[in-house]
Amino acid sequence: MQDYEVFVQQLITGLSNGMIIALIALGYTMVYGIIELINFAHGDVFMLGAFLALTLLGAFGMEAWSPAWKFAGVIMMLGGSALFCGGLNWTLDRVAYRSLRKASKLSLLVSAIGCSFICTNLGLFWGGLPMGVFAGGVSAAAPKDFPQITPQTNLLGESAIRITQADVMVFFVTIPLMIGLVLLVNRSRLGRAMRAVAQDSTAAELMGIPVDRVIGMTFFIGGALGGFASVVYSLYNNTIGFQMGYRAGMDAFTAAVLGGIGSLPGAVLGGLTIGCVRAMSDQYLESRWTNTIVFGILVLILIFRPSGLLGSTRREKV
Amino acid sequence: MSDALLEVSELRCGYGQIEVLRGVSLRVAQGEIVALIGSNGAGKSTTLMAVNQVIKPMAGSIRFAGESLIGLRADEVVQRGLVQVPEGRRVFARMTVLENLVLGAYLRNDHDGIATDMHRVNDLFPVLKERQSQLAGTLSGGEQQMLAIGRALMSRPRLLMMDEPSMGIAPILVTRIFQAIQQLNQEGLTVLLVEQNARGALKLSSRGYVIETGKVTIEGPSHELLNDDRIRAAYLGD
Ligand SMILES: Nc1ncnc2c1ncn2[C@@H]1O[C@H](COP(=O)(O)OP(=O)(O)OP(=O)(O)O)[C@@H](O)[C@H]1O
Ligand SMILES: [Mg+2]
Repeated sequence: MQDYEVFVQQLITGLSNGMIIALIALGYTMVYGIIELINFAHGDVFMLGAFLALTLLGAFGMEAWSPAWKFAGVIMMLGGSALFCGGLNWTLDRVAYRSLRKASKLSLLVSAIGCSFICTNLGLFWGGLPMGVFAGGVSAAAPKDFPQITPQTNLLGESAIRITQADVMVFFVTIPLMIGLVLLVNRSRLGRAMRAVAQDSTAAELMGIPVDRVIGMTFFIGGALGGFASVVYSLYNNTIGFQMGYRAGMDAFTAAVLGGIGSLPGAVLGGLTIGCVRAMSDQYLESRWTNTIVFGILVLILIFRPSGLLGSTRREKV
Repeated sequence: MSDALLEVSELRCGYGQIEVLRGVSLRVAQGEIVALIGSNGAGKSTTLMAVNQVIKPMAGSIRFAGESLIGLRADEVVQRGLVQVPEGRRVFARMTVLENLVLGAYLRNDHDGIATDMHRVNDLFPVLKERQSQLAGTLSGGEQQMLAIGRALMSRPRLLMMDEPSMGIAPILVTRIFQAIQQLNQEGLTVLLVEQNARGALKLSSRGYVIETGKVTIEGPSHELLNDDRIRAAYLGD
């Protein structure tokens, strides 16, 4: 492989993972935008989505399906995990956050950290279920193989640079979701209500917007994006584990902060940046430095530009 | 006046442990403009927020069109036609003028009716039509107040409560806004007008209430209040 080929290959990997990180980051940023909460459980909701996908894959024996049916299987996992993660995130809001709306931000944050622990442990429990895909559940904490059910042929033929169907799938799933989200937020009635609640929730209440329901929907949509991301992540990286929510969550959180928390384009830009930084660091430094670099970026932004790349520097309070 | 549209009695409410309203009673009949005046911190805004159920009252009753509002969600109160133009305007600054107006009609789905009301609002305040694609945050204070009123009208309220619409606005626009309130009232809208501009509010209204530290202390027909020595001394600067 030529030097430039290595670089291009890493760029492809970085952008693919970046799109996945971006999808998770959107969930953080949407929730932050509307109630100023860092939903620490978001990464773990994502992780549980991957566990559901693997469970579905195992329960239906998708590995043995024909290519066309595998495609249907991917759709099924995407839909299943999106609904599940959306519903779970909505439930967290309903049970653990809604009653704290008027409490201090710190109480809310502590509640979110608690939810994160609960979800992590649910993942640990889930990984111990006696199913074939979980290696019989004998070692609950061990990483689980997520079978490759997308073909591994290089779409570029003989080229040294590999683009597989998994790469293509990442973009095929993530880009329409992002476009859909932007349309939803900017054009739909629900989106308008979400922006109104984010800007001034009391004024929104006075206009007859059911604020709690709109916040709940925001959690659902953010969670569902995490659910989609979990399936794409699993199919792309082929291993999942109960602690993956922490790593992916941290990457996505950093991405959201880097882009400017609360900003949707910022989350995407931040995600792509973090994805590429990780890929380049893995290649040109050493992978054991990668997390340090990501956290270093997080610290540097928080110190020097807390509003992020695309976030507004002033807070509007009229 | 037993057929009051809004009837608040012995309303108590506050923030945390602090009781701000210590038994407020007032009523607004169909078709009236009623003024609620009082000095800074008297509890005027708190009264409106409690009526809208944004702040939950501790005690007392609020009846609107014969139905109790206690325990309803804020959006359910709006649904019943009791709408507030909040103090400080609180337009959605990062949305366009048009989006703000559309949000006012959030609970409605009668498209023809919404279109009609959009025309009415634009006729009332033509500047909103001119500025419709501009961000609300870029409007002047007076224009924002017009937008806030227009936004509230888009919900087609039965009773409109306005919290200090003249606050921080150029005198010429205050006149314009008071004219608009009068016009709306002549077209059948019932109005509860909260003001620190006591003279303006009392001239516009048929009856008035004075609230002091969480209690109504004086009430009566507005023309009488305008000549009341206590009010002249404390609120009219005579
Ligand atoms: N969110 C709040 N938390 C605690 N106390 C509050 C809050 N809002 C208002 N208060 C207090 O309640 C009292 C009444 O306030 P309110 O805003 O109802 O007065 P107001 O009559 O509307 O005054 P203004 O003319 O200044 O608008 C004041 O003493 C105020 O300090
Ligand atoms: Mg006030």
